[in-house]
Parts: sequence; structure tokens; C-alpha cells
Amino acid sequence: MNRASLALIAAAVFLGLLVITGAFFIVNETEQVVITQFGRPVGRPITTPGLKLKVPLLQRAHYFEKRFLEWDGAPNEVPTKDKRFIYVDAYARWQITDPLKFFQRLRDERGAHSRLDDILDGETRNTVAKHDLIEVVRSTNRVFEDGEFVEDAEKFEQVTFGRALLQKEVFTAASKRIEDGDLGITILDFRFKRLNYVEEVRREVYARMISERQRIAEQYRAEGAGEAARINGDKERELKSITSEAYRQAQEIRGKADAEAADIYAKAYNKDADFYRFLKTMEVYRDTFDDKTLLLLTTDGDFLRYLETAK
Amino acid sequence: MATYEPPLTIDLGRFRGKRPPRFIAIALVVIIGLVVILSTVFTIEPEEVGVVLRFGRYVRTADPGLNFRFPPPIEQLYKVPVQRQLKEEFGFRTQQAGVRSEYSPEDFSAESMTLTGDLNVATVEWIAQYRVTDPYKFLFKVRNVPSTFRDMNEAVLRAVVGDRSVTEVLTVGRQQIEDEVKLHLQELCNQYETGITVDQIVLQDVNPPDPVKPSFNEVNQAEQERERAINEARSEYNRVIPRARGEAEQLIQQAKGYATERVNRARGDAALFEEVLAAYRRAPDVTRRRIYLETMQAIYPRVQKKLLLSSDLKGVLPLIQLDQGGGK
Repeated sequence: MNRASLALIAAAVFLGLLVITGAFFIVNETEQVVITQFGRPVGRPITTPGLKLKVPLLQRAHYFEKRFLEWDGAPNEVPTKDKRFIYVDAYARWQITDPLKFFQRLRDERGAHSRLDDILDGETRNTVAKHDLIEVVRSTNRVFEDGEFVEDAEKFEQVTFGRALLQKEVFTAASKRIEDGDLGITILDFRFKRLNYVEEVRREVYARMISERQRIAEQYRAEGAGEAARINGDKERELKSITSEAYRQAQEIRGKADAEAADIYAKAYNKDADFYRFLKTMEVYRDTFDDKTLLLLTTDGDFLRYLETAK
Repeated sequence: MATYEPPLTIDLGRFRGKRPPRFIAIALVVIIGLVVILSTVFTIEPEEVGVVLRFGRYVRTADPGLNFRFPPPIEQLYKVPVQRQLKEEFGFRTQQAGVRSEYSPEDFSAESMTLTGDLNVATVEWIAQYRVTDPYKFLFKVRNVPSTFRDMNEAVLRAVVGDRSVTEVLTVGRQQIEDEVKLHLQELCNQYETGITVDQIVLQDVNPPDPVKPSFNEVNQAEQERERAINEARSEYNRVIPRARGEAEQLIQQAKGYATERVNRARGDAALFEEVLAAYRRAPDVTRRRIYLETMQAIYPRVQKKLLLSSDLKGVLPLIQLDQGGGK
């Protein structure tokens, strides 16, 4: 064995020793690390990923999450300003921004969650209690497009803050408290997840919904009856106008014809009125006399004259 | 490797002091080499990509196919199914998808119950379909993306539903809600750096709460009643009016017929009279007398009772019993 190979072996053994005693450690993309020496933090926290080195045996690495973390609140029963009891279930995103402070103040994520519970639940309660329910539910003054009969629609269409602003209010207040506490964490976002009526209120709301629906149903029925009556009225009017118009036209036609006929007769008969009277009288005689007629005749007449005299 | 050990120790004992047995060294090298090679080769399925970290630091993304890397302590591999469409369900759970999917009998009403803008309650069930489009963010920016995504879904949907009346939610607003939720959800996904893209939000059953359902059905029924009442009135209208028009037309045509007849008859009568008059004028006296006598000839035989009185007789009229004579 020569010197070179001896040196190589020595180097390998040294490297092996370092590995075994934990001088090397890997920091993942998702992690950040605080180094402590006998419990006392040493140097700046490591926030970049890669292969890192520390003094073996004496120093310890504490790993913390670098990613955005969840906070999911428990449903809180909160009264709103207009005295409606609702459950508010919110969530937040947060992040460990200063692992050293975090380590000192909160120790671990459990500690952080318990602090977040205190702060966020409290601020949620404060904010919700300061506003009417409608402010939590609605985000804008958007006008409903159901084309239906929302009674007192204005009541629901007037919000001065809205959900987004209320969320922001909670967020700002909570952020401030976290900053004041210097906890090494930041909340990134806060949202109301679920809102729900508590049982008694819910029953009340259902009763209201039912009566509202019944009102709408009544309205539909009334509309139907009204529209039917209107059509019926239309029908009657149309009918009258059709029949009377036809009557008028028919009478006009008849009248014209009668007038024309009268003119024709007059024109013809005026040529010899006397002869016409004679002819017509003869015609009438023919038509009026039948077997039931009793004829009393004197011999003065033209016809019977010859019964008494041949002259 | 354990199976190779007994011969190894025996061999060592047997050949002590001699040069080390070459084939054992070769076998060892081959085995170690094999293990190393096997751990350096990996395949990525067509719907995935592989994210490779070297000593915890992101170095590259591996595409589908055969890939190589340094063995584990040096390089780590995460596979992310970027092409697969993922799905989250709200208000229900599919237990077994199939021709007839089975749904979990559990109650998820807490997820689906939402307050509407008119402070009513609706139960909204929906599906969010999404894909991972940025595996780096998906893995390293947010812990537990699916559960974060669920929270975001619930928050966004409720905000959107909260701005609509219950009627809108139940009837005309579905498409709008889907679109708006998708839009806001994507914004939020980007804001949280989740690395996912929302493909589609699909509303499933949207219902009024159970106790209120019957009255909603009543509204539907009333709506149909309204339609029926209107339709009946219309059909009555359609039955009566065309008929009346026809009858009116008939009346007018009849009048026209009458008019034509009347005028024609008048013309005929006039023509007849004029003809007779012409003849009369040629021999007035004879004609007049002839017509007179012809008329008499026609009527006298028809009359059964005739009383002939001389012009000299006076006062006979009161003696005649008129009704007796007239009757028979």
C-alpha cells in the first residue's frame, strides 16, 4: 500500500464519520431549518433547499414547514347584530415566515393552531357580531334576476360592507394581533367557509320560506285566472264585434238592393201608372180569391151587366 | 444477498493467506452495480411527470418515458399525475363509479347547505374537476392541496350563492353560478399558488331543504295551473272566434244573395211590365178589357159561394148570415 491510497482511505473514513455523526443534512423544498446548539439557536435559519452542513453531535436541526398551511376553524355559534344566531365556519391560510421566532414562541404547529384558534375565532366573533346577517351573506348589491316577486327585495339588496369586506376586516385584525405577538407566522387569507342557521332559527326560516312559496303559488294562480279572464273578455268582445259587423254589412247590402229594386220598379211603372194600378189590381184579385171567399155581386158591375141587359 | 453469504465465509476460511478470490469481488461489484442501476432507472407514465430533487432542491422535471437519476439519498423523485382529471365532490360521495354509480349513504348536508341572498336556505351539491398544471407549486407551495381546494370551493360557492335569491339558485341561475364559481376559484387557486387549474364546476342536485320542498312543488304546480288556465282560455277563444267569423261571412253572403235576387226580380218585373205596356198601348181598350175578363174568368170558378144582387134591390145585406154562408 502506497501513500496515495492511504490518504484516499483516510479521506473516505473521515467522510463516513461525518455522515454517520450527522454533519450533513438535507433541507427539502418544503422545509426550513433552525439549528440549535445545546438548545440555543445558532446562526440564521436555513430557508433554501439543498445539502447543508452543521457541527456534528453538538448541533441539532429543527425542521419546519415552508409551505402554506391550513387552518380550519370549528363552527362557532355567533349572534349577528340583528340577533340571528348562526354557525360560522371559517378557514385561513398561514405560513411560517420566521422559523426561529416560530420555534421560540409556538414551538410547533400544534401551538400555532391553538393560537390561531384564539385569534381567528375571536376576531370572527367580533366582526360578525358587529354586522347584520345580510352583510355576511351577500358580497355585492347585485340585483336578483329571478324576475319573481321577492317581497321587500330592497331589504336584501342593500349591503354596505358585504362578505368580502368582512373577511378582510377579520383578516386585518387577526394579522395585527399576530404581528403584535411577533409569532413568526403570517396569515395569507381568511374566508368564511360555511354559514348556517342554528336549529331554532332554521325552523323559523323554513316557515318563512314556506309562506313565501305559498304566496308565490297564489300569485301564479291569480295570474292564471286573470289572464284567462282577459282572454275570455277578448273573446266576447271579438265575438260581438264580428257578429255586429256582419249584421251591419248584411243590412247595408240588403238596403242597397231594396233601394235599387225600388228605383227599377218606379222607373218602369211610372211609364203608365194607371195601367200599372189596373194590372196589379188584377193580379191581386187572382191571388186573394179562393174557395172560401163569399162574393156579393151587384149587376151594376161591368162583368154582370149582361145578366140584366144585353146592351 | 443472504444466500450468498454462507459460501463467502467458507471460501474465506478455505483460502486464508492466499490471494482473494476474484470471482467473489466481481460478484459483489455486479450486485452493487445492479442495485445502483435499478435505482437510477425509472419510468414515468403517460399521464404523469416526475419532479426530481437533488439533496432536497428541485433540479428538473422528467417527462413520460424511461428516465435516469442518482440513487435515493442524492436524488428524490415525486410523481405528479398532470394529465389526469381530478375530482372533488361536495354534498355527496360516489362510493363506486360505474354504469349505476353507488353513492355513500352518509349525510353530507353540512357541505351542501347554503344561505342564499334572500336569507333562505338551499342545498347545493356540486363537483369540481381540476388538473395539476404546475407540479412544482402543487408539491412545494401548499401543503395538502386537495383539502385546501375543498375549503376554497366551499367558500367561493357560498359567496356566489349568497349573492343570489333562492329562486335564482334553484332555477335560472345554475349556469351563472357555475361560471362565476369557476372564475373566482381559479383566481384563488392562483393566489394560493396551488398549481392547479379548475376545469369545470358542475352543479348537481340543487334543492330547497326537505321541509320546504312540498311548498316549492306547490309553486311549480301553481305555475302549471296558470299555464293550463291560460291555455284553456286560449283554446276556447280559438274554438269560438273562427266559427263566429265563418258565420259572419255566411250572413254577409246571404245578404248579397238576397240583394242579387231582389234586383234581378225587379229588373224582370220591370221588363215584363214594359212588354205588356207596349202591347197595351197598341190596343188599349181591348187589351184592358181582355185582361179584366181573363182575371174574372180565373177567379169566379174558384169562389164557391156567390150572391148575385140586382142593382135595384136595396137593404138585403143585413139579412144574410155571413158566418153560415162563409163556413161551408
